[in-house]
Formats: sequence, C-alpha cells, structure tokens
Amino acid sequence: MISSLTAENLSCARGDRVLFEGLNFRMERGQALAVEGANGAGKTSLLRLIAGFLAPKSGHLLLIADNGESDDGEERGKSIGWLGHQDGLKPQLTVREQLSFFAALYESSENTDGALDEVGLARQKHFPCRFLSAGQRRRLALARLMVSRRPLWLLDEPLAALDSEGEALVRRLMTRHCQAGGLLIAATHAPLDFAMPAIRL
Amino acid sequence: MSAFSALLMRDLRLSGRSGGGAALALGFFALVATLMPLGIGADLKVLARVAGGVLWVAAVLATLLSLDRLFQGDFEDGSLDVIALSPLSLENVSLAKMLAHFLSTGLPLTLISPLLGVLFNLPGPATLTLFLSLLIGTPAVSAVGAIGAGLTLSLKRGGLILPLIILPLLTPAVIFGSAAVSATLDGIASDGLWLLLAFSAAACLLSPFAAAASVRLNLGG
Repeated sequence: MISSLTAENLSCARGDRVLFEGLNFRMERGQALAVEGANGAGKTSLLRLIAGFLAPKSGHLLLIADNGESDDGEERGKSIGWLGHQDGLKPQLTVREQLSFFAALYESSENTDGALDEVGLARQKHFPCRFLSAGQRRRLALARLMVSRRPLWLLDEPLAALDSEGEALVRRLMTRHCQAGGLLIAATHAPLDFAMPAIRL
Repeated sequence: MSAFSALLMRDLRLSGRSGGGAALALGFFALVATLMPLGIGADLKVLARVAGGVLWVAAVLATLLSLDRLFQGDFEDGSLDVIALSPLSLENVSLAKMLAHFLSTGLPLTLISPLLGVLFNLPGPATLTLFLSLLIGTPAVSAVGAIGAGLTLSLKRGGLILPLIILPLLTPAVIFGSAAVSATLDGIASDGLWLLLAFSAAACLLSPFAAAASVRLNLGG
C-alpha cells in the first residue's frame, strides 16, 4: 500500500517548450486528485511523468509506501494502474484472452470473469476486440485496471467514449478504489462529477 | 503462468493470427529460395556452391519483414505502456519478444530449409550444416533486430530504416553461416558454426539491454 505521493516543484518540458513548472501537490492514502487543463496543457505528460515514462525537467516526485520510499520512476511504475487515452487492446484477441493476458502479466489472481461481469462485457467474452465499440473497449480497459490490483491509479480522460451507465461505473470504481485505501489521479478536461480536489495546469 | 510466459504466449498467438506476419515470412523465404535456382540456371555445381549464401541472405531478409512490428504494434495501440508498468522489466519484455519472434519466424524458416536445400542440389552433410547454422543464427537475427525495432519505434514507416540499421550488424552471421555450409561442401573443417554460436550467444545476451534502453527512450517521447 502507498501512504503518500508528494510532488515538489515539479516541472516538465517537451523539447524546448515548458509545459508546466513549480507544481506541488501531496496525496495521502485513499485520496483522489483531478488534473484539469485545456488541450495541450500537459495533463497526459504529467501522468506519463508520474508513471516514470518521462523524466521531470526539475523537481521531485516522492512515493512513500509500506515497503519504503522511492523517487525512482521505474520503481514507481510497479505501483501504478494505468488507463491511458489509448485502450491498449489487440484487435485479434478475444475479450477474455486479452484480460487473462493482462492478469497473468500483472501476476494478479483477480477473477477476470468477475471483472468482465462488473464492466458489463460478460456476454462479449468470446468476441475478438475488433468487434467492440469504442465504449466497450473502454470498459475492457477498465476491467484491466481492476484486475491489475495496483494502489495508484492514473486515469487519462477516464470518461472518454463511455455512455452514462459507463460513467457511473467509472465513478463507482473510483469510489471503491479510494475506500480501499488506493490513490488515484485523473486527468480530464471536463468535470468528472466526483468529489475530489483539483489542480489546474 | 508467469508474466514472462504470458507475454511470450500472447506474442506467439498474435503472430499466428491475421496480420501476424509469421506465415508471410515463411512464404517469402520459400518463394525467394524457389526463384533463385530459376534465375541462376540449372548448373547443379553452381547451385550447390551458392546455396549457403543465398539461403542465408533470404532467411535474414524474411526475418526482417516482421521485425519492425516487434514493439511498434504495442506502442501504437498503447499496450506497451501497460506492459512497461507490469512487474516484468523492459529487459525481460525485450527478451520475451525476441524469443517469440524467433519461435514464430526463425524456427519455421530453419525447419523448411532442408527442403529448400534440395532445390539447390545441396548434399546431405551440407544441408545438415545449413540447418544447424540457421538454428544457431536466426535467434541472433531476432535479437539484433530487436535493437533496431526499439530504435525505430516512434518513427512512422520505421520499417524502411530498420534494415539500414541492422543489416550491417548481421554481416558476421551471414559470413559465418554461409562459410560453414561451403566448408562442409568442400569437405574441409571449419570453425564457422562455432563462430556463429559465439556471435549468436553474444547478440542474445546483450540485445535485451540495448533494446530495453531504446524502448525506454521512446516511451518518454
């Protein structure tokens, strides 16, 4: 479990362009944080920075977990559940193959069929992913997020392509994750209708 | 199932399905090897003499066909982000992908090579050497290729640049492999297979690190 995540004076640059600088925030167990901003403000870059894909131009990110503390990006990545703006699905694999693969890859013992039930894809279990609609693909990505069993969720536009029932599902999963003591950071350009503090880029 | 074998199995499964490229490489190899005797003519001595070189070059080119997709498919659809955050290190991810690529491309090519040797009038012992050299050498092609695939990851049409990067690095494999076949043909002792084994071992050991570094570089971009 993670007890806190702290950003100190964080700045991020892509090439010569500075996206944001002097960013500070602190999150504790069970807290959620929204990252708001216009298109191109650097929301996705902030998430990629937290995930350890990008190195900050300056500043620190400190993750304090039960098993010690670290500011190393790659180590931080092993605590992260990722829902990027791309769903990361292979058109040739069936819904079930896809999810079983992710469960095995994340060495998770989570019940994959239960997760599919929860996101409303139980009937599509044997469909290849190329037959899924954009919203169904998003639901499968959500199922993957559940199965990954990671304490820090990074969500990039979590509501994209979802219907109102899907949006409710996202809020339910977010609530449950926070109640279980997890942390989550959601980048969004529109309000999520979820009670959490927000930083603006 | 461990994370490593999960990734290996998924890549093998994908290579066998539509757009996977495993059958494509095999078909390409078989066709090039079939066309070559037609182009060279029916001089059996000449055919046997060039067989090692021609089949080795054809195998390398066929292996290259699907190499540019090694990481790129996963990069473009966002799977690579998810894979990079898994408990598996990027070095192990690269190793699993190289192994899957060898099993789906290099190994089938190796298995049909004795059949293609017949088209070149290659005698039995030389065919065996060809088979062994491909078995030892094609993992090196997948391994070295993975470095190129990692480097060209974020380039659109990176597949065109990939051969320019890795073909020069593969010259030792082609030289040792075809030299071993020629030596067997002439009935003289040769260290070709041993040198090829050394080259292949070095490539397979070092490439995962280089490939992982180049993937890491591109994940930030």
